[in-house]
Amino acid sequence: MEFFFETLGLTESAKLLSLSPPGWGGNLLRGLANSLQIAFGAFGFGLLIGLFGAYGKLYGGVVLRDLLAVYTTVIRAVPELVLILILYYVGTDLINQLSQAMGYGRVEISGVVAGIWVLGVVQGAYATEVLRGAIQAIPPGQIEAARAYGMPPLMLMRRVTIPAMMSFATPGLANLWLIATKDTALLAIVGFSELTLETRQAAASTRAYFTFFLAAGALYLIVTLCSGVVFARIEKWARRGQPSLKGAGR
Amino acid sequence: MIPFRALMQPHRIVMLALLLGAVVWCAVALRWDWIPEYAPLAMEGLWRTIWILVVTCVLGFLLAIPLGLAQAVGPWYLSAPARVFCTVIRGTPLLLQIWLLYYGLGSLFPQIPWIRGSELWPYLRQAWPYAVLALTLSYAGYEGEVMRGAFSSVNKGQLEAANAFGMPRFTMFRRIWLPQAIRNVLPTLGGETILQLKATPLVATITVVELYAVSSRVRSDTFIVYEPLILLAVFYMIIAGIIALMFRRFENRVPG
Repeated sequence: MEFFFETLGLTESAKLLSLSPPGWGGNLLRGLANSLQIAFGAFGFGLLIGLFGAYGKLYGGVVLRDLLAVYTTVIRAVPELVLILILYYVGTDLINQLSQAMGYGRVEISGVVAGIWVLGVVQGAYATEVLRGAIQAIPPGQIEAARAYGMPPLMLMRRVTIPAMMSFATPGLANLWLIATKDTALLAIVGFSELTLETRQAAASTRAYFTFFLAAGALYLIVTLCSGVVFARIEKWARRGQPSLKGAGR
Repeated sequence: MIPFRALMQPHRIVMLALLLGAVVWCAVALRWDWIPEYAPLAMEGLWRTIWILVVTCVLGFLLAIPLGLAQAVGPWYLSAPARVFCTVIRGTPLLLQIWLLYYGLGSLFPQIPWIRGSELWPYLRQAWPYAVLALTLSYAGYEGEVMRGAFSSVNKGQLEAANAFGMPRFTMFRRIWLPQAIRNVLPTLGGETILQLKATPLVATITVVELYAVSSRVRSDTFIVYEPLILLAVFYMIIAGIIALMFRRFENRVPG
């Protein structure tokens, strides 16, 4: 191993990236863990918003439908960075005012919660559109049949709508997950110590910019490629029993 | 666009009235006295945002054509690097790419004497070349993937017909293959261009003063938080709307 690094002239980089304190590898991995934690939370929160949003857009009243249209349009037209700042300030302000009204002092809001809230609201707009499209792609007869049997709405959602839409929604959701992992980098700008910010700090204090940014890029790439494999499996599972589309349309 | 009749439903009238009320409340209750002072800077920032957007989209698209072509029909020694490039660009955050180029190259260049002595050095000391480079590469990476699909989805018969007429390969590409590929992906291109607009504020982190940087400066100078951000969001929505309208006009002009 030593010899390998030496022949490539990478001894210096290997030392900088080592996991124990003189190296900064531990910091990078901690940053990655933070990033993934927020990405998971935001993706889940976004899915929840998306599910309700899609139901609201498809079956809601006129007012709800228009409000949701405004929500998805505005969120998708404004840069994530601006949204993150607005939502971050609004969120912290609201919570502080609430806690002061209830007689507590100012509250310190943890970076993870703020990050999940901010990215989740952004993800929710995209998820709404993905899930709405997926629900619309279900043959309407299936939902009608369930209704005709008198299935209550929640059971209908659990037994018919969600399983049937999974195969249509998975590609879009895979994309959203990738966006979520990459958008966590934006939280570096509000000072949350996720992978990108940790990398920048490490790079700035050792002046080895290429080493650290390339290492962080490799970490992100590993996450992306692994999620690609996982989502391919999920899609295969969601499509079970459906005829293969390979060779169709030629 | 929404037709006028559709806006005149009772609930929409109420919602528009509420929106108008909110706008009036914002205009009256919030602080806008900083606007005259920062207006020239904001105009400069707006202009910079727009030209960065236009330049990076055009350059990125020109780069995306060979990338897409290499992936769609190229031999393996061209298609493999193109695929790796697209995967790497699409798999890492843009912010990281911008910082890698700016801090990495920016710390590497001063150590190389002939770069310091060259004509380009005054430009390389500024931040915007790195911003333009990073955004161009990013757009090229995403668009290369889109163009790959576009090139391989053009009807084979059309290319065979051109071949049968004895059309030179480049003429065939220019007259038949490329126009049809672009026509097929125009809606996607519109969406990607709006995504590119939403990526431009990231260059503010490497000291390029564009629209977003101006709002940050207002915030740090005057401690006014919400007003500049709200105005900024409105500006971006207007630009995104204009881009969407432009692409819709393009699509309508192109015969389906």
